[in-house]
Amino acid sequence: MAHHHDHDFFIPAPSIWAPLSCIGGGIMAFGFLFTLHPTDFGMSASIAHLIMAMGFTLLAFCVFQWWRLLVHEARHRGFKEGSVPVVLDLANRYGMVFFIASEVMFFAAFFAAFFYLSGMNVWPPENIETLTLHLPTVNTLLLLTSGVTVTWAHHAMQEGNRSRTRKMIFLTYLLGVIFLSCQMYEYHHASFALHDGVYGSTFYMLTGFHGFHVFVGSIMLMVLHLRLSQGDFSAKEHFYFEATAWYWHFVDVVWIGLYLFVYLLPNGGHH
Amino acid sequence: MSAEAISDNHGHHDHAPSKKGFMYYLTTTNHKDIGKMYLLTALNFFIIGGLFAMFIRAELAEAGYQLLNHPFSVGPFTFSFSGEFFNQMTAMHATFMIFFAIIPAFIGLGNFFVPIMIGSPDMAFPRLNNWSFWILPFSGLLMLLSFFVPGGAPGAGWTSYPPLTSAAYSPGPGMDMWILGIHLAGASSILGSINFIVTTLNMRAPGMTLFKMPLFVWSMLVTAWLQLIATPVLAGAVTMLLTDRNFGTSFFNMAGGGDPVLYQHIFWFYSHPAVYIMILPGFGIISEVIATFSRKPLFGYITMVWAIIGIAVLGCLVWAHHMFTVGMDPRAQMMFMAMTFLIGVPTGIKVFNWLATMWEGVLEFTTSMKFAIAFVGLFTIGGLSGIVCAAAPVDYQIHDTYYVVAHIHYVFFAGSFLSIMAGVYYWFPKMFGRLMSEKMGSVHFWLTFIFMNVTFFPMHFLGLMGMPRRIPDYNPVFSDLNLLCSIGAFGLGATQILLIINAFWSAKHGKLAGSNPWGGHTLEWQVSSPPPEHNFEKIPVVK
Repeated sequence: MAHHHDHDFFIPAPSIWAPLSCIGGGIMAFGFLFTLHPTDFGMSASIAHLIMAMGFTLLAFCVFQWWRLLVHEARHRGFKEGSVPVVLDLANRYGMVFFIASEVMFFAAFFAAFFYLSGMNVWPPENIETLTLHLPTVNTLLLLTSGVTVTWAHHAMQEGNRSRTRKMIFLTYLLGVIFLSCQMYEYHHASFALHDGVYGSTFYMLTGFHGFHVFVGSIMLMVLHLRLSQGDFSAKEHFYFEATAWYWHFVDVVWIGLYLFVYLLPNGGHH
Repeated sequence: MSAEAISDNHGHHDHAPSKKGFMYYLTTTNHKDIGKMYLLTALNFFIIGGLFAMFIRAELAEAGYQLLNHPFSVGPFTFSFSGEFFNQMTAMHATFMIFFAIIPAFIGLGNFFVPIMIGSPDMAFPRLNNWSFWILPFSGLLMLLSFFVPGGAPGAGWTSYPPLTSAAYSPGPGMDMWILGIHLAGASSILGSINFIVTTLNMRAPGMTLFKMPLFVWSMLVTAWLQLIATPVLAGAVTMLLTDRNFGTSFFNMAGGGDPVLYQHIFWFYSHPAVYIMILPGFGIISEVIATFSRKPLFGYITMVWAIIGIAVLGCLVWAHHMFTVGMDPRAQMMFMAMTFLIGVPTGIKVFNWLATMWEGVLEFTTSMKFAIAFVGLFTIGGLSGIVCAAAPVDYQIHDTYYVVAHIHYVFFAGSFLSIMAGVYYWFPKMFGRLMSEKMGSVHFWLTFIFMNVTFFPMHFLGLMGMPRRIPDYNPVFSDLNLLCSIGAFGLGATQILLIINAFWSAKHGKLAGSNPWGGHTLEWQVSSPPPEHNFEKIPVVK
């Protein structure tokens, strides 16, 4: 087994988690389809939901295992300076950046739809009672503050102050969770719904997908917090930290776009 | 498994069992196995999509209805096809050929050869590579099973324009299966593209600078960029379609203030670059093949690279040339028309560079080279008819006619298919260690060459005469040319059996290839055929 290797690339052994998560994703897709058309497939809605839930559970389990494997591998490499080969570190960084780029393009499609539809209609449409700006403004402050706390945490990490890092990360996802609660409150009290024409469509799809990304980002931050308390990472070696922070900033920037174009500008003088 | 992987990242050299079973292929992280699985999948869907095409040509062989609207029996089976079924055939022929045959075929060749050609032991994210492949069968399954649900498969064309695809006009689950299938295939595409970009940027051997990379690697890199940028937008478009159909949103619904034209914009923002996703890798393959069999380095390498990049950038800015007839602002039409014409420049550079590479070369007419030369000639026809279609005033006349069908088949068949064939005959010995039969290959090539022109060339005339596409019946004045197209199509379909026989026979019984049967100069010819599990005993140093 003692091969000599003249490269630092990571070539993992065969793994069951990728194909198994495909099976989970496939079952979930079929379950979703059955949920949309239970009678066409001759099943009750609850069976359809059950299939979807089973697919999701398998998918989530595989993602969890896959992620655990990554953590395991990272711990084996260690977090000392230089313990992660440069090429491997670069691969991870490139990978995360391009993943975020693809997410940006996904939101671009919905923003394009928003600009197109708000341009061709009276905006906001006359029958729509828009939301006041109070809560969205609070939300903007929450997310901007969370951008500050995550950066603060990063500085603390680089200075080797782990307890402050942990506190700041805790604060960051707490702000994320409060943001999500405010969004839910807003959805609950809005006078228009998803099916109320293009205003409802663009509003809920844009803010909904954004909210989902805040949710995912919060989970990433919670995992980060957990790993920090278990002693992972060092002042020099904390790629997962940075990837999470990038993702969080991306979510932040999307929100600025939403606040500006969806809430603030169309509302004009309405407070 | 994981513990061993960790105790020695490379300690699994002995993992490949002598007999590779289902579990091996299910869990494999090896780019060469995954590449082969992509190719096999592409072949399967090519056969299915091809059979759909045969149905379409059988129906169109004569004016009036041949297969539709009157039940007929073949042996114990009775068939009864409605006009709806014809719509499903045209929609699903394109869907399977685009998303499940051409794209996976290029991804398969890329998966196998990009890492070797840059001197790397594998892709950057091997487990993700496995994921990108294994989500595809579920995507294909959703598409295939849609034929068996109430209402049948989607029948609104592969473009799935609303309002035809709205809940009012396509109420069955088939349309939603198409949408979810596109979601899964799209996820595969996006994650695969990240893998290709990171591999190419990060895993090149020492000395393999970007501008020393083989053209095929460049073409896959640029293709991956297009996929990364465009595919999420398609995901957005079909998500809006899904919510419009099922959750009451109004993106494309006039009653709620929406606009079906919005769908066309977003859809073509992906699907025009998708045309380049389906042709740029072909450009790369042709560049490798022509250089090797002309015994000359590629003429104008640097211009070839910049031409690919130029085509990709321009390709993202021309989407609305598919929509000249929707009533766009004429100034916008002018812009999209001019940008489209511009694409002729970098494409022309490539065609002339291929010709210049062959000029005074010592040409060796292997099957692969024959396909490559045919590509240069016939794809150019497809390129030129594209310029015709891109002229807005002309397009008003030929939009939705057989002229467009002729154009796209000179791009996808004469372009994508012929280049995939050039690549398969070229690289088969590297993948399987044995040469394909040149004799059978030559027959396969000449019959393909003749029949594809018999099939697709008359369609130009049919289109100019005004025959609409996607309609199962036509004015009897179109009969003769249609019969010719159908005869060509059956010949073309039957000819591909030769390819399948050749491939499966040669993989077992072909002549042993040795490491460099063609005298190629790129890195894949420096390793054994098939290459060792991690490609290189020692990472090569490029000078």
